[in-house]
Amino acid sequence: MNKKLLLEKAHVEGIRHYDVYRREGGYRSVEKALKTMGPEAIVEEVKKSGLRGRGGAGFPAGMKWSFIAKPEGVPRHLVCNADESEPGTFKDRYLMEFIPHLLIEGLIVSSFALGSNDTYIYIRGEYAWIVDILEQAIEEAKANGWLGKNILGTGFDCNIHVQRGAGAYICGEETALIESLEGKRGNPRLKPPFPAVKGLWERPTVVNNVETLAAVVPIINMGGEEYAKIGVGRSTGTKLISACGNINKPGVYEIDMTISVEEFIYSDEYCGGIANGKKLKACIPGGSSVPILPANLLLKTAKGETRYMNYESLSDGGFATGSMMGSGGFIVLDEDQCVVKNTLTLARFYRHESCGQCSPCREGTGWMEKILQNIEYGKGKLSDIDLLWDIQRRIEGNTICPLGDAAAWPVAAAIRHFRDEFEWHVKNPEEAQKRNFGLAHYADPIHVPA
Amino acid sequence: MTKFNDDQLKEFNRLVARYPQGKQKSALLPVLHLAQDSFGGWLSAATMDYVAELLQIKPIEVYEVATFYSMYNLKPVGKYVFEVCQTGPCMLRGSDNIIDYIKEKLGIDIGQTTTDGLFTLKTVECLGACGYAPMMQMGKTYREHLTKEKVDHIIEECRKNAAANN
Repeated sequence: MNKKLLLEKAHVEGIRHYDVYRREGGYRSVEKALKTMGPEAIVEEVKKSGLRGRGGAGFPAGMKWSFIAKPEGVPRHLVCNADESEPGTFKDRYLMEFIPHLLIEGLIVSSFALGSNDTYIYIRGEYAWIVDILEQAIEEAKANGWLGKNILGTGFDCNIHVQRGAGAYICGEETALIESLEGKRGNPRLKPPFPAVKGLWERPTVVNNVETLAAVVPIINMGGEEYAKIGVGRSTGTKLISACGNINKPGVYEIDMTISVEEFIYSDEYCGGIANGKKLKACIPGGSSVPILPANLLLKTAKGETRYMNYESLSDGGFATGSMMGSGGFIVLDEDQCVVKNTLTLARFYRHESCGQCSPCREGTGWMEKILQNIEYGKGKLSDIDLLWDIQRRIEGNTICPLGDAAAWPVAAAIRHFRDEFEWHVKNPEEAQKRNFGLAHYADPIHVPA
Repeated sequence: MTKFNDDQLKEFNRLVARYPQGKQKSALLPVLHLAQDSFGGWLSAATMDYVAELLQIKPIEVYEVATFYSMYNLKPVGKYVFEVCQTGPCMLRGSDNIIDYIKEKLGIDIGQTTTDGLFTLKTVECLGACGYAPMMQMGKTYREHLTKEKVDHIIEECRKNAAANN
């Protein structure tokens, strides 16, 4: 039985509003945290829970919190990263849209733990209607004494402000987000100094993803140790997965990270199988940046073991034969899809979103897009495939922020696993305009070395 | 001369009040949204200069931000702007066909505005609606699970609204 911690109440009628949310047990974690626990005890509890950042990097949240500098007389800030922009990812939107008070509750507890009196939610500009939903939830929380001055008589003051971005994927990177929050272009900063020391307005700052901060609520309610019992290994708690592409039931699912990838795709409880009775060809399991896997390596690891929906299992085999959990954006491709075309749209995305600061990324992303376009539209050469490989290799690791890596990995993985599809495009330029390469051998059982 | 009216100024003050004293530049992105919504859906040089003056920053600080973020329009757009997503997950669900259909139906190419000034067609990169693809943004709302019929309906609806407002 799958346990739900975040979305359990998401479909209770009227849960968007304070009265219903409170009646369903909302804001208990604020009472518990502010009245019976100190900031250090909350940080300890989050550490014990094993909660890992849900934005994509998977860094332990409690550890991140413990890095925050506390210089005398300098305000500190918590910033919630709601700039969800990784293609395939729409889980934070779902959480904020359906159960906004859960985020506000998590933000109050987390702000108390970090000593943030002014907390900011930086939300992608396109989610304009969610700004209204969040601002209403904040007003309601304030009217009921959960925000503002001297919360619950503890002397703790806290306000939450919602800031809209304006269309820039790069602002999901925490230092670019901070720049944007300061009213500047979203150019990532060199680290160190890390935001925990010098962040927003040069003050100590923690930036956490929406889902991470919402997860603080069940952690405080049930205790970090109990939370850590859910899931498996270092994949503790539950994870929101946004599933899309060619499946029967696209949507947002909360899983406890013990289910197999196969169950996730084919079970009626989740994706409900591949749409239109087609076969599974490939999948990008953790948002567009993570390596694409052919069906055979997705369902089983290179060792022939079942692959599970958790951090460790999805990355089993490294980039050679595995992928990553990433942001939980699960993109499924059926047998009719063209991996070259798909890679081209992602390369275009990264070219569009590169901030232009570092030349390997600024020049490399545009160059990769151009080459992929040539291959896709029948003007490619075989040497282009090696050239693509070379360019992505020279971007990876050579930029200030991870956007360079994020742009390189999808291209690298597509060539690594689907090289023959690229070659077919080059060798059959006319045919490739009329039909796709198809499923080919990508779902065949893999040969497991004895 | 473009200037915020009283209601808009009130909103401006609310936005600026969210940041510490002396950090009013932080309000730049939301203020540019407000300006774009208030002055015909785009940001002219005069509008940007006005925003700079209000926030007490240099005009260049506004220009460099306005040109960086994709949601700010730097030239006039139609009354209704269709921003159709074309990234991977939407492409897998047929966004190419939707874009072609809108082009044909409105007789314009990507980036153009219809001669009656009603519609502008743009393509955009992932808007976080991948599970509800294909999709487009229209002002403050998302239109999802697009089909040709749905596109027909939306265009019809826009034309009716525009006629009713004239």
